[in-house]
Amino acid sequence: MSDSPSASYLPEHPPVTDWVHDFDHTDPVWTDDPFPIWETLRAASPVVHTERFLGCYMPTTYQAVKEIAYDTEHFSSRRVIVRDVRPEISARAPPITSDPPEHKPAKQVLLPPFTPDAMKRLEPRVRAICNELIDEFIADGHCDAAARYTKHIPVRAIAHMLGIPEKDGDLFIKWIHQILELGIKKEEEMMNGVREMTGYFMAHLEQRKLEPGDDLISQLLRAKGPGGQPLTDEHVLGSLRLLLIAGIDTTWSAIGSSLWHLARTPADRERLIAEPALIPTAIEEFLRAYSPVTMAREVMKETTISGCPVKAGNMVLLSFPAANRDPAMFPDADKVVIDRKENRHAAFGLGIHRCVGSNLARMEMQVAIEEWLKRIPDFRLDPAGKVTWSEGTVRGPRQLPVLFGKNA
Amino acid sequence: MSKLRIRVDQDKCQGHARCKSLAPELFELDEYGNAHEVGDGTVPAGLEDKAWLAQTNCPEIAIEVTEE
Repeated sequence: MSDSPSASYLPEHPPVTDWVHDFDHTDPVWTDDPFPIWETLRAASPVVHTERFLGCYMPTTYQAVKEIAYDTEHFSSRRVIVRDVRPEISARAPPITSDPPEHKPAKQVLLPPFTPDAMKRLEPRVRAICNELIDEFIADGHCDAAARYTKHIPVRAIAHMLGIPEKDGDLFIKWIHQILELGIKKEEEMMNGVREMTGYFMAHLEQRKLEPGDDLISQLLRAKGPGGQPLTDEHVLGSLRLLLIAGIDTTWSAIGSSLWHLARTPADRERLIAEPALIPTAIEEFLRAYSPVTMAREVMKETTISGCPVKAGNMVLLSFPAANRDPAMFPDADKVVIDRKENRHAAFGLGIHRCVGSNLARMEMQVAIEEWLKRIPDFRLDPAGKVTWSEGTVRGPRQLPVLFGKNA
Repeated sequence: MSKLRIRVDQDKCQGHARCKSLAPELFELDEYGNAHEVGDGTVPAGLEDKAWLAQTNCPEIAIEVTEE
């Protein structure tokens, strides 16, 4: 019963029977297939509420999500994950947890290393990482694409940017699991993950102060904050925490969902192989249809969203994924249309908190799909295996067993 | 077809960079990755479709296209 830690946590949340008044984004039904649930919620109201998580709203339409994302006066980012508990705010991760006026200067120091041009310089290394991974399993004729491929690409790319050993990636993956998945229900798991991560990065910070380089940690140590002062160690550690937490299982999920779709849709696979120039457009559609990231806000002052009153003290599950499935915004919202022309999707957020790593994520997704399709043009879900999805804030396949080659 | 002119609203742009990817001839990015129209925003003949494509894909609705 308790051989897997996450299994032992499940009984704490009773199964949901009334989604509209008692939703729970950690319920196994939601984890497995959230799309019909979002349709039910959207049909009921632009904003729904649950008493779980000490009180939490969820906007269900694109319009309601947008209103909240743009309203930094009533909605704070000081807590960006909906959890069972509201721990003291100790481990900040600027700028994602910052509100105006602190937000802008904290974000501006992070933006230059993540421009599209900067990502072009990183691209050859990411292409090599993808091929090194494929080399390890291509001869087997099958693999778990989540465990052997998609999981390792973002972690190695970030490690490369930070100038730390790519082999330390397994440690990062453990911390992220503790903070984002186990930590939703177990505060001490989250705190352990944060503590270990902080110790690890502190050692790298001290070493960079002695021997500065061109890596991102050294760049942050050289950066000037508001008033021209260098950033404090606490600020740099917070931003590194953010890059790791926000930059890894998010893109792991996005690449995984894209491959999951392609494994089940031979026509899309064939078209992308015949028309590789269409891949960037297809990536935007995968981002829309399978957006991995749900953020959160905390209601600071009572207000009204899309006509619905919201009360201070509640959390908000800011579901960009549900917004991106709203048929009022996207025709055929429930269909994956890889050449969709108009696609104002909000997978990377809207407003001042637009994901700082969006250019990195797009580049990783594009390279990962291109290299996979070049070397494994035909693949399908393994009927003997089971696809499993992550729980909570970031959604993507965590097991993705596929067979290579044409159907026998 | 009438002449088009584009303008990026700097208060709205959040640096999603969709415009730069869809119409690299018409947009440039600054050191923070925020977009600006190239030159005075006049769209050269033949690039009108790209201007509209950029406009209809900007998540922040930050791009204005005007017909002159």
